[in-house]
Amino acid sequence: MSEPAFHITIDGVQIAARPGQTIMEAADEAGIYIPRLCDHEGLRHQGSCRVCTVKAGGRSVSACTQPAAPGLVVENETPHMVKLRRDLVEMLFHEGNHLCPICEASGNCELQAMAYRLGLTAPSRFPFLQPTRPLDASHPDIALDTNRCITCGRCIRASQDVDHKGVFGYVGRGIHRRVAVNGPDLAHTDAAITDHAISAEVCPVGCIIRKRVGFRIPIGEREFDAALIGEEIEEHRDD
Amino acid sequence: MGEPRLIEISPVTRVEGHGKVTIHLNDRNEVDEARLHIVEFRGFERFIRGRLLWEVPVIVQRLCGICPVSHHLAAAKAMDMIVGVDVLPPTAEKMRRLMHYGQVMQSHVLHFFHLAAPDLLFGFGAPAERRNIFEVIRENPELGRRAVAMRRFGQEIIEATAGKKIHGTGAVPGGINRNLDIATRDRLLAQVEEMLLWAQDALALARGYTLDHADLVANFAAFPSNHMALARAGDGALDLYHGQLRAIDAGGGTIFEGVDYRRYHDLLVEDVRPWSYMKFPFIRDLGPEAGWYRVGPLARMNVAAFIDTPLADAAHRDMKAATGGRPNNTALANHWARMIEVLHCVEKIRDLLHDTDLQGTDLIATGERRREGIGVIEAPRGNLIHHYEVDEHDQVTFCNLIVSTTHNNEGMNRAVKDVAVRYLGGQERISEGMLNHVEVAIRAFDPCLSCATHALGQMPLQVELIDAGGRVIDSRTRNG
Ligand code: SF4
Ligand code: SF4
Ligand code: FES
Ligand code: NI
Repeated sequence: MSEPAFHITIDGVQIAARPGQTIMEAADEAGIYIPRLCDHEGLRHQGSCRVCTVKAGGRSVSACTQPAAPGLVVENETPHMVKLRRDLVEMLFHEGNHLCPICEASGNCELQAMAYRLGLTAPSRFPFLQPTRPLDASHPDIALDTNRCITCGRCIRASQDVDHKGVFGYVGRGIHRRVAVNGPDLAHTDAAITDHAISAEVCPVGCIIRKRVGFRIPIGEREFDAALIGEEIEEHRDD
Repeated sequence: MGEPRLIEISPVTRVEGHGKVTIHLNDRNEVDEARLHIVEFRGFERFIRGRLLWEVPVIVQRLCGICPVSHHLAAAKAMDMIVGVDVLPPTAEKMRRLMHYGQVMQSHVLHFFHLAAPDLLFGFGAPAERRNIFEVIRENPELGRRAVAMRRFGQEIIEATAGKKIHGTGAVPGGINRNLDIATRDRLLAQVEEMLLWAQDALALARGYTLDHADLVANFAAFPSNHMALARAGDGALDLYHGQLRAIDAGGGTIFEGVDYRRYHDLLVEDVRPWSYMKFPFIRDLGPEAGWYRVGPLARMNVAAFIDTPLADAAHRDMKAATGGRPNNTALANHWARMIEVLHCVEKIRDLLHDTDLQGTDLIATGERRREGIGVIEAPRGNLIHHYEVDEHDQVTFCNLIVSTTHNNEGMNRAVKDVAVRYLGGQERISEGMLNHVEVAIRAFDPCLSCATHALGQMPLQVELIDAGGRVIDSRTRNG
């Protein structure tokens, strides 16, 4: 690894950063977790969910896209930032139809795990929009329960950039923007169970479903049963 | 960490079920008919349609806050059939059985100590403030302590097999998602002998009560009826998890037996009445008047040829002897039957805990897909039928449930009428005592109104007296 070119400060801790790194990448390397939903290792940054919002040099920016710069002072886990993120995550619950106790992503879901990390246990402050959204089960191996989609775009980038397919894309604008498939339904696309976009790690929630494996991981052995989301990054913090 | 982590957001509106009884008088002011109305929440069958088949055993637990495990297992059995699995790997079947015995045990204990014991110890006529579990514990602290411990033991078993005490995930189509680790097994084994002793004491209490109050038991909501339950294929033994349908008449004669439960709709008709959402099933060959039947612990005792665990079998023979080997057609003897089943469950749990198959690693079987799946189980309150159709996209297209309370619907209506005739005695008023008796008669069937109505919550009870002209002449309400 090359010598650090400069330092930045996150919540009063000085960490090393290199030119070309985002604030989040530098923080990850230093073992400081900045919450995120739309950003995912191996996929290009998109900066749309805003859950990674930090204060840098006094301005609110998304840590997954904002380059680290020498001497930058970043606020990450301050009460204000945590509240902002909690509100954003809470709104995601209200925008879709999330019924965790019957969802096969429960325990492996990044949205649910983020809610726990941020201290949100029962979203209730906003009206539930209860949109009518389809479940597309046409494909023999894959289903899409768009009730749970948070429009993070990870599947779109994975399908385009990794699988070179373009199975997923956006339709609509503004708050009507939704993820859709490139065909009348999933069965009429070239989606395959072996696609990176379909793999368990890409969709953060229970929207992209690999058929017939739901609920096979017992409670207690699921990804977030034993640890909070982000703890895998915080584990290698060196202070 | 390691705590169950669930976020609860329900887009499904919860509607509380409530029981309403109307007593209809004829023009001579005699009881003509009594109707138990249960306001049913019809959202479930709609909600489940379109969902994916492996979600079903988890989703159905939302049907009922009281007996979620029974729904979980009945649906899982139906889904086994859909995925073409007729025989589960031994570890899977035994883990599911363990879960089921734990559930039946804790449910029966809850019912007996919390709901029935106050009536049994203090009498039905006792003032409402005495008829509760706190009074039981105050007067008999050891009994109260054991009730809590036995219930907790049952719940620990559910947690060990399903991952959580309530709304876990254990059973999956074709099998189970975990085995039993040695540490958990040993923790449960350390308690099981004590549970066995306590179950015998509780049984003695229920037996003593039933025999000491023979007059009340014989006359309280007792009437000849048919009885239906699963019984083990081949030998007719009591089997709470799996078996064939058997029905007998009030005198013990066989109506049908050895019937594959996947043929339930050949044998049973689900009658509808304009005044009730809840169906009235009857045995097709006998017709609607004579074909109604009861399910539940006592029906199982009546139907079973024997019990395959020694202590419960001795208790079963002893109970049979009290009615000269003939079916017991009372309602209150259900308490006795329930405690025999608790003993049976604890014996089964002990045997299973000693069985190394529970540490096996072959958990899920596969087979050839079918379109239709039917799962039947003996839930704490009686026979429970789950029936689904699933299309080639793995989505549910049809769902029909017959829950224990629905099986007993006609019986409950008759029991309420019986009480009304006996306690109304030409008066035009509903007394507090009569309200109590109506409540006890309904409760003797241990109805899960939550489950029958597909809603959650306790049962507020309202009784209305209606004259021949359809006028409500009196009404009384008790909140649940
Ligand atoms: S996708 Fe996540 S947040 Fe939504 S219901 Fe499933 S587990 Fe809950
Ligand atoms: S389907 Fe999943 S990965 Fe794709 S946008 Fe929706 S939530 Fe994100
Ligand atoms: S993770 Fe940065 S905006 Fe979504
Ligand atoms: Ni129920």
